[in-house]
Amino acid sequence: MPDLGNYAFAVLAAWGATLVLMGFLLALTLVQARRARYALALAEERIAARVQPKAAEGA
Amino acid sequence: MSIWEFANPRNFMRISGRMLPWFAALAVLTLATGLIWGFFFTPDDYKQGATVKILFIHVPAAMMAINAWIMMLVTSLIWVIRRHHVSALAARAAAPAGLTFTLIALVTGALWGQPMWNTWWEWDPRLTSFLILCLFYLGYIALWSAIEDPEAAADLTGILCIVGSVFAVLSRYAVKFWNQGLHQDSTILKVGEEDPLDVAYYVPLVISIVGFVFFFIVIVLLRTRMLIRARRLIALEARERVG
Repeated sequence: MPDLGNYAFAVLAAWGATLVLMGFLLALTLVQARRARYALALAEERIAARVQPKAAEGA
Repeated sequence: MSIWEFANPRNFMRISGRMLPWFAALAVLTLATGLIWGFFFTPDDYKQGATVKILFIHVPAAMMAINAWIMMLVTSLIWVIRRHHVSALAARAAAPAGLTFTLIALVTGALWGQPMWNTWWEWDPRLTSFLILCLFYLGYIALWSAIEDPEAAADLTGILCIVGSVFAVLSRYAVKFWNQGLHQDSTILKVGEEDPLDVAYYVPLVISIVGFVFFFIVIVLLRTRMLIRARRLIALEARERVG
């Protein structure tokens, strides 16, 4: 750890705030992306399950 | 490969899916190198002491805050002129990243300003234009959320983006337009001039900037992919309701 002297608060607070904000943005993006992928996969499965019996009836 | 291939959502998902791991790896590599070098292995400045370490996060964040808006402007113009949905979604995807960078620039700037200027805030041209840019980001995100029809939302946010670009440009050149504030002019491009940025800071700073650029690209790609999926889900559900 470098010696920050009298400026330890300013430097550590600035770096801490930056890492927290960037980490929050990344985490939020990953969670939202996962939710969207999961919801779409569920909908596609549901539609596929509904289409397959109809196709079988048609045959 | 033409850039217009990205206009097709299916192509965008395929190509961006292949590119994402590479951009993520480059972001981790450059951010880790630039930030660790900047924090642990740079000397104190003869004027500013240890606060110079804030340089490695403040400058890249401020640059990306402006560049994100410029990117949103370009993609919004593509939407307005060519009506490519992916470009409108890419603009929307970039806004939270731009807002985050603007907040980082404002917070780190205040924390740096307090020991150096003896004040957290000053109605200086660059600081004020950055605050207005931050409000534009908030307004842009709120406008997207407030309008249900995605095409109308893309149109209106596109217009807001064009108006806000005036402040993005002002933020960059404010210190040149009004030479009366506390904020200094950029020192990155002052090679060969009086009081340039020392090479001990220059190299890690450039690596940090590159890291922030890759981080931004990763966030935009992830969020655009997420928005494309969300839009496909809405279309599927609408089709389900009808048939």
